Amino acid sequence: MNPRFLVPLGVFAALVVVLAVGINHSKEVGVLQSPLVGHQIPDWELPVLTDPGRMLGSRELKGQWYVLNYWGTWCYACRAEHPALLQAQRDARVQIIGVDWKADNPTEDSDALEWLSKLGNPYNQVVSDRDGRTAIDLGVAAAPESFLVNPDGVIVYKQPMGITPEVWKREFLSRLPPQPGVPAAKPGAS
Amino acid sequence: MLPELGHFALVLALLLAGLQAFFGILGPALGRDRWVAAATSAVAGQFVMVATAVGILVYAFVTYDFSVLYVAENSNSALPLMYRIAALWGAHEGSLLLWIFLLAVWTLAVAIASRNLPERFAARVLGVLGVLSFGFLLFTLATSDPFRRLIPAAADGHDLNPLLQDPGLAVHPPILYTGYVGLAVAFAFACAAMLEGRMDPDWARWTRPWTTAAWAFLTCGITLGSWWSYYTLGWGGYWFWDPVENASFMPWLVATALIHSLAVTEKRGLFKSWTLLLAILAFSLSLLGTFLVRSGVLVSVHSFAADPSRGRFILIFLGLVIGGALALYAWRAPLLKSNAGFELLSRESFLLFNNILLVVAAASVLGGTLAPLIADTFGQPSLSVGPPYFRPTFLLAVVPLLLLLSIGIHANWKRGRLEAAARPLLVTWVIAVALGAAVVFGFYAGRHVLAITGIGIGSWIILSSLLDPLDRLRRHLSLSRAVLGMTLAHIGMGVAVIALTGVESYTSERDLALSSGASAEVGGYDFKLMGTQPVEGPNYSAIRATVIVSRDGRPITTLYPENRTFWVQQQTRKVAGIYNRYGTDLFIALGDDLGAGRWSFRAQIRPMITLLWLGPLFMALGGALALSDRRYRQERAATRAAVKSALGAAR
Repeated sequence: MNPRFLVPLGVFAALVVVLAVGINHSKEVGVLQSPLVGHQIPDWELPVLTDPGRMLGSRELKGQWYVLNYWGTWCYACRAEHPALLQAQRDARVQIIGVDWKADNPTEDSDALEWLSKLGNPYNQVVSDRDGRTAIDLGVAAAPESFLVNPDGVIVYKQPMGITPEVWKREFLSRLPPQPGVPAAKPGAS
Repeated sequence: MLPELGHFALVLALLLAGLQAFFGILGPALGRDRWVAAATSAVAGQFVMVATAVGILVYAFVTYDFSVLYVAENSNSALPLMYRIAALWGAHEGSLLLWIFLLAVWTLAVAIASRNLPERFAARVLGVLGVLSFGFLLFTLATSDPFRRLIPAAADGHDLNPLLQDPGLAVHPPILYTGYVGLAVAFAFACAAMLEGRMDPDWARWTRPWTTAAWAFLTCGITLGSWWSYYTLGWGGYWFWDPVENASFMPWLVATALIHSLAVTEKRGLFKSWTLLLAILAFSLSLLGTFLVRSGVLVSVHSFAADPSRGRFILIFLGLVIGGALALYAWRAPLLKSNAGFELLSRESFLLFNNILLVVAAASVLGGTLAPLIADTFGQPSLSVGPPYFRPTFLLAVVPLLLLLSIGIHANWKRGRLEAAARPLLVTWVIAVALGAAVVFGFYAGRHVLAITGIGIGSWIILSSLLDPLDRLRRHLSLSRAVLGMTLAHIGMGVAVIALTGVESYTSERDLALSSGASAEVGGYDFKLMGTQPVEGPNYSAIRATVIVSRDGRPITTLYPENRTFWVQQQTRKVAGIYNRYGTDLFIALGDDLGAGRWSFRAQIRPMITLLWLGPLFMALGGALALSDRRYRQERAATRAAVKSALGAAR
């Protein structure tokens, strides 16, 4: 056999190796990576759902690990995500802050409260984003979306779609310190 | 119920594709004629099944069936009908189904048109196409089922990505995919020829019309994509050297080389192994493009949601198909011998240069596209390759290509005599340079060496392409459609070169901040903001600005750039205001609200941009014209007669 004609095959084999390496690294360079990852989370402060007079925000949460999870009662994918969040809350490795993204009727809280009482509350705290301004600051394009924020207020990871038990384990738990950074509060307390 | 039937139809299609591959490849190898015949039946069955699946998914979109996950994710009750249909290819699963459907259409066309080819050879072609269908159907069913249910059903859908809600997009992917998938036919012919060990010029003749057709579709698809990004991505760029754009451009470059080398193989029986390799490469690059777009290994504005498990599947498939074809090539190509020679200035030489330069251009694009990945492999992340790399490297290969084009079309086969053409070539060259200088100095103030070069090269290509056809007309000789098609395609190339030069050299662009009643001057035109107002679309709200454009105090047009915010996904999309004046685009896009009634804008004056869309259109039309040449028509007439008599017998 003339070795000259093996050259294309050889070049292609090298290409496959590069692509295979690329795939295995694609978790880190993933397409939907937010430009905010690795940076300070933009300052946010939102009213607590059950107690609109009280505000919760990034400053108050500094020094703690937390997951910021955007959801809405209008969002079917959030419903699909819900069981995974409940499971995650039972693990109690990190506190989960839910943001009720009010797309349809910004002044009405009853639907969100009904959702939580019916499906269970996976959140340590729930706040409401009434005008969607914080969603824009955080670059949230579509619910559900979740951010993992470290004690320095830096976004460590952004999950652009629903959390599944596998994603929770692979992307969230793996990034937390071995010992829970902050003892998680009791589930459902808000 | 229906979606389950759709899923079931895909399973049946998978089985039929498996049979098609099995009978098509093993039948001729083992000399079983009934197996050979079975391959064709499997093609028809597979087509019906895939068409059924597509029909069911379209029906689910049209009837708002939000119990289907893919429909719920990509449609909405407020989405207009046209986009509910186009939403079929709005995301990964559906566009994959479109891919499979188009492959089934091409396969059926090959099965029908190949009735006058040797039976075993045709079966092998269908068998190879069956392998490809099987792989893609398996991929769909295993990782990307478009019929997955959502239980409980969503009350309403998540809507189609707003960027994609545009008439340009409704037609862009099907045309581009038709081109991509069409290259599979050339690939299948090459593999069949190698399997059979019969790699004579017949193979090239049979493949040529298919390759030209696929190339013409690819040309249209790329141009439409460029046009679409020009007016929807907002800031008036038409080419970004983005991985996904490159993924469609590389197969085009290699397919262009393939068209030319097929001509040599058919006419002179030369370049045989090289042509085989190009046929494999063209389709391989189209598969590679699919991999890059869908696996998420590269970051791109056009990418579908990334998923490494999908990427792994495609990579394995890629390895088997391309690796298999290249192994076959390594085994068979050494058997090929060419004994014909040719002189240095013969047409063969020029076509060889054409091929080398096109492949070098494709390789430089591939290198740039994969550079981030290659760097990553060697542990050096965060490397980004953009226009500063692509432009010079690409031009380095393309400028000589374009210069040689004008001379090459006048060279003779085999003999290296250019004396006869030397005088007219010189005359056209002088005219072209004069034209370039006239345009640059006469119309545009900027004195630019590159502009004269570009416009000169483009004009030279057009003029020298016209020499031969005009000469034949003057001598009352007939002109075949193949020659006319080639001429038109080359003129299209020249037009595109002129347009690119003009657009790149003479675009004026300014970012403006205007309040109501204020105006600003860009490239000799005055843009005056009259005001902004909210407007409502069927599924979006928008801010629309009213801008009057005038020149020397006389109003020319009123433009209405919009920022549309789509209700469901709360995403905004710009729709630029564009007015075309003698081929020059007056372009304005609306930016952000700067407060106090002031808005930011980007205004551009892009001369010759119309030619940029016309050039490729000429190329594609040239391809279509060449396809309709008499020798292919005769083959088709024979096919029609065969079909008719077969139908008659059936009755």
